[in-house]
Amino acid sequence: MTEIASGPSSSQGGRRPEAIKAVPVRHRWRWVSAALVLLFAFGAIYTVATAPLLRWQTFSEYLFQGLIFDGIRLTLVLTVAAMVIGIVLGIVLAVMRLSPNPVMSALAWFYIWFFRGTPVLVQIFFWFNLAIILPYVGVGGFRVSTNLLITAVMAAIFGLGFNEAAYMAEIVRAGIISVEHGQTEAAQALGMTRLQVMRRIVLPQAMRVIIPPTGNETISMLKTTSLAFVASVPELFTRADQIGNFNFRYVELLFVASFWYLLMTSVLTVGQYYLERYFARGAARELPPTPFQRFRRLLFTYRMPLPAAEPAVPVTSEHR
Amino acid sequence: MAAGPMVKAEAVYKSFGRLEVLRGIDLEVAPREVMCVIGPSGSGKSTFLRCINHLEKIDAGRLYVDGELVGYTQRGDRLYELPDREVCRKRSEIGMVFQRFNLFPHMTALENVIEAPLHVKGEGRSAAAERGRKLLERVGLAEKMDAYPNQLSGGQQQRVAIARALAMQPKLMLFDEPTSALDPELVGEVLDVMRGLAADGMTMIVVTHEMGFAREAGDTLVFMDGGVIVEAGKPRDVLANPSHERTRLFLSKVL
Ligand SMILES: Nc1ncnc2c1ncn2[C@@H]1O[C@H](COP(=O)(O)OP(=O)(O)OP(=O)(O)O)[C@@H](O)[C@H]1O
Ligand SMILES: [Mg+2]
Repeated sequence: MTEIASGPSSSQGGRRPEAIKAVPVRHRWRWVSAALVLLFAFGAIYTVATAPLLRWQTFSEYLFQGLIFDGIRLTLVLTVAAMVIGIVLGIVLAVMRLSPNPVMSALAWFYIWFFRGTPVLVQIFFWFNLAIILPYVGVGGFRVSTNLLITAVMAAIFGLGFNEAAYMAEIVRAGIISVEHGQTEAAQALGMTRLQVMRRIVLPQAMRVIIPPTGNETISMLKTTSLAFVASVPELFTRADQIGNFNFRYVELLFVASFWYLLMTSVLTVGQYYLERYFARGAARELPPTPFQRFRRLLFTYRMPLPAAEPAVPVTSEHR
Repeated sequence: MAAGPMVKAEAVYKSFGRLEVLRGIDLEVAPREVMCVIGPSGSGKSTFLRCINHLEKIDAGRLYVDGELVGYTQRGDRLYELPDREVCRKRSEIGMVFQRFNLFPHMTALENVIEAPLHVKGEGRSAAAERGRKLLERVGLAEKMDAYPNQLSGGQQQRVAIARALAMQPKLMLFDEPTSALDPELVGEVLDVMRGLAADGMTMIVVTHEMGFAREAGDTLVFMDGGVIVEAGKPRDVLANPSHERTRLFLSKVL
């Protein structure tokens, strides 16, 4: 039998022992390897940044140029449009795929198989060149020229969006499956229809699983829109390419495009963080702090003195 | 339909593939009656409850709730499956409480309670919220309206789940082992709420292993084993001197 220490334990009656102050273990190799990698990285950046024929002036000249801004605007339009198609169609496909109706499920499977199995570039080209095999589209007496209906921008949006839908369908499906079956059952027991269960109960919970990869998809899409280049859609990359070909400052313009792509993906990353935080409600007891909150807490805790036995400022009975 | 039974089962059969889970269940539950169901694991208790609100389809026999067939209508001697909308409407009149609570984790307690009144019944938001608050007060959770399920203890979650079911003003409540997932010290608070419901005249079918509850609050006790009802009667009688050997054996293990 183990003896329980008799009498009041020292920590109960006595004073709180001194906080531990120990000499930390030194990680010498960590520092050395970090220094080496840093050196190498700086060296590489320095070499490119100071390349003899690189003109930073051209970079800054074109950074805020009107044509570049037009390109950015179109890049954003393409991204948003393609992602909207991708997400909406992706949800529909995912629900179809999980439907008890075998025809629905097979159709969704076929769609995903087809659009995921062929390159996006080919799909954009396909939409762009559809008029070659199908000059007119229409129902009954109503006919439109395909070229009028599917402009270059539309071809890019269709190509990117329909392809994205196949990927989004799998992401959404994984999210739906991740929601415990008891949720569906409880909702059904309350009298909700299949559609209501999906919309009100399952999808909101699936979001927690769906959002992170969707954020990645959006960021990836932002850059993939540069493929619209093949349909001569004047988005950011196409603009940079055209200007660079015109003034023979091609690399500088690549830098300009890269700068804006980086800036936009950074903004999206921040947006993704807050979206994830929103859909985490109910999943974690406390929401994770925003970077801003974390920063403030860091400052605050560093200024805070160690828990002292007495308040640093003596409390005076000012207000009786 | 004042005099008719709230639930009536006639030779109900149900299989999952080759496994016959219900093998001829006959029973009647009168309005305001509290029926407790006990039986070993796998005897088909949950399955039977789930058949009552048509979460499972029965294979043979007839099952009536409040005088109407569950899941079908009968014209002549032909059965017609009810359309989904009808099935949903009928489910909305039956409350169900699960062993694992199954609260919606992305909604607060109050949102959980008013979800179905808002979106199934189409009540107005303020009226639904008003009633939802009253219900949460009734189950002793006035302070926890805005808490999310994972901020609540198991007992509190189960009481929210009961309030959620009551919000639809059901004529029948089904409880599937509502206290089995709870720590012993939390069982009492849930049983208290259920006792209150029983006292208010709610018709209830309760699958439970709480023999104390069955004895005090139950009007009937049913012992199920192997997909059939082995024995049914007044709880005191069944518990004190079971007439079947299987019941005796089961009770000797759980009491
Ligand atoms: N959806 C299903 N598919 C296949 N088999 C099932 C399904 N649901 C239940 N069963 C089987 O039916 C049998 C009865 O299950 P049921 O859940 O009704 O038992 P129970 O009496 O509630 O048991 P417990 O006390 O463990 O909850 C079990 O053998 C179970 O494995
Ligand atoms: Mg069960």
